[in-house]
Amino acid sequence: MQIALFTIFGLLAVIAALNMLLQRHPINSALSLVVVMMSLAVLYWSLGAEFLAAAQIIVYAGAVMVLFVFVVMLLNAGEEQRTKGSKIASIAGFPGAAAIFCLLTFIFLKNRAALGNTQLSGLYNGAESNLTRIAHALFTNLLLPFEVTSVLVLVAILGAVVLARKEL
Amino acid sequence: MSTNLLALLPELVLTITGVLVMVLEPVIPAGKSRKPLGWLAILGSLLSGLAAFYQLQIVNAQGTLTAFYSTIQIDPFSIFFHLLIAAVVLVTLLGSLDYFESPITHAGEYFALVLFGAVGMMFMTSSVELLMVFIGLEISSISTYILAGFRKGRATASESSIKYFLLGSFATAFFLYGVALIYGATGSTSIGPIAAGLAITRTPTMAILAVAMVLIGLGFKVSAAPFHVWTPDVYQGAPAPVVGLMSTAPKAAAFAVLLRFLFNGTPMLHGHWILLIEILAVASMCLGNLGALKQHDVKRLLAYSSIAHAGYLLVAFTGTHQNAVAGACFYTATYAAMNVGAFLVLSQLSGFSERIRSIEDFTGLALKRPGMSALLGFFLLSLIGIPFTGGFFGKFYVFSGALQNGHVWLGIVGLANSGVACFYYLRLLAAIYSRPTSDSVAYIPVRKVTAPAAVALAATALATLGLGILPNKLVHLVERATPTTTAAVAVQPTQQ
Repeated sequence: MQIALFTIFGLLAVIAALNMLLQRHPINSALSLVVVMMSLAVLYWSLGAEFLAAAQIIVYAGAVMVLFVFVVMLLNAGEEQRTKGSKIASIAGFPGAAAIFCLLTFIFLKNRAALGNTQLSGLYNGAESNLTRIAHALFTNLLLPFEVTSVLVLVAILGAVVLARKEL
Repeated sequence: MSTNLLALLPELVLTITGVLVMVLEPVIPAGKSRKPLGWLAILGSLLSGLAAFYQLQIVNAQGTLTAFYSTIQIDPFSIFFHLLIAAVVLVTLLGSLDYFESPITHAGEYFALVLFGAVGMMFMTSSVELLMVFIGLEISSISTYILAGFRKGRATASESSIKYFLLGSFATAFFLYGVALIYGATGSTSIGPIAAGLAITRTPTMAILAVAMVLIGLGFKVSAAPFHVWTPDVYQGAPAPVVGLMSTAPKAAAFAVLLRFLFNGTPMLHGHWILLIEILAVASMCLGNLGALKQHDVKRLLAYSSIAHAGYLLVAFTGTHQNAVAGACFYTATYAAMNVGAFLVLSQLSGFSERIRSIEDFTGLALKRPGMSALLGFFLLSLIGIPFTGGFFGKFYVFSGALQNGHVWLGIVGLANSGVACFYYLRLLAAIYSRPTSDSVAYIPVRKVTAPAAVALAATALATLGLGILPNKLVHLVERATPTTTAAVAVQPTQQ
């Protein structure tokens, strides 16, 4: 199942990333980026990093992308640009999505027994969960990088302020 | 004071000063001069230098300090770079205090960005954990991306900033990928455990790939060829004092990371990375010097010269561990002194609007500004490597280190390149000291050199001269700076 999932979502991520670069309309690019983020989340999850997968969806696919789309919409507040969309997408879009959905359902149903081990917190099978280990690393060995990230964010905010100003 | 606080003292001082500058900025009414904030920033960089000195006393008495679960290691090596970065930042701030022509409203942000950038660079030099290095690298990079585009409203400034940002982020991704691969090969991102892990790893190919990736990432940051393409465009568009800063301090920090990573982290792969370093060094020296030959813009010329100097510095890496560290440290210090000095002179001559740019504009400068011309000439001679300047001993140590370790051909290529370099430096020098043409510098208004800028110029000139006449003082310091391997730390990664 691992290999099948990796192939499907790896390919999906690459194709969506290419599509993001090739699209002319910013909203289409942004939506392709959502697909990239989602596919990456599945890859993380299949590697056993459940927390990272959840964070990926919440932070990137959720928060960051909403911000992107908002900014694009606010910047294009004037005349809305209409695109017809590509022909391939309108013909093959729904059948393709349905095919991938069926394929995934088939894979999941076939491997039902292997599912059900995903856990975000607490102990399971006597081992520390993902979240516990991440928290442990963040507050012991990687405490300083974690804290100094605040300076990084501060510099980024300061930079955004400088760039956004009109006058010097 | 606890060990943890003590190990972070210079960075803490700079961060607090930076935050203070940002907090005080809105308090000063609009239209008022922002100079007090500049003085505050200068005070902060001075204090952080003193803090680094204090660390040196402690390290001399108690030996190497490690803090924060062995993320930070304070030894003479990191203290040397802390002092160097603090000095470069101090001189840059002094030089840019009167750089802005009218009292602009947002100069406070400029000072804060310089200070925060220095925090990142310092973290890069004192950290033995690659994730920490990455955070430091990002802090210093982001602040320099913004500073490069600070002359808003000019096309070259925007080009400079956006080009630096896009290519820089791309290069950082390579570095990060390298860190991920080295974690895959050794199971750690700390320098000591990496060395220990490489000894028993079964996937050396992955580790070699990782080292190559890290080399690409850091090669971009030090503008080593073939990752140098951004340099001339970025330097051309960025404000001159900022170029002085970003061509020296972040590069010094990146070289410090390279020294630690290559010699302490991956000594097992010496045979592999030495070849890559040689290629980078030869390419940087040749492309830098040949590219500089046909430049007309002085900042572009100095940009190509900085590529070439990155090449000379990489030659130092071919020596033995101790020679490499001593040579590279000495060279970064001399290069910082003379390059910051040269860009300070440029900023004083052409001001914020940069009216004089090309070599033709400098024709006959000596008649109009004899003092400035003499200073610029002195820095150019030092960049060539004339005896009695710091540049001479810098090259001497670098090449002698390479020769001692049997890299004769690298020394020959380096010396041949130094010969080529004479042409373009002397072309600029000849223009300065030739008869002025009708449309040249004679019509440029003279900007008065203010006291802080004069202090900054004097400091860089004295440092360049001092390193050329009495190099021994620094040599003794840098020869002690060879970082010890962190194998002892590796055994007990969580000792506190």
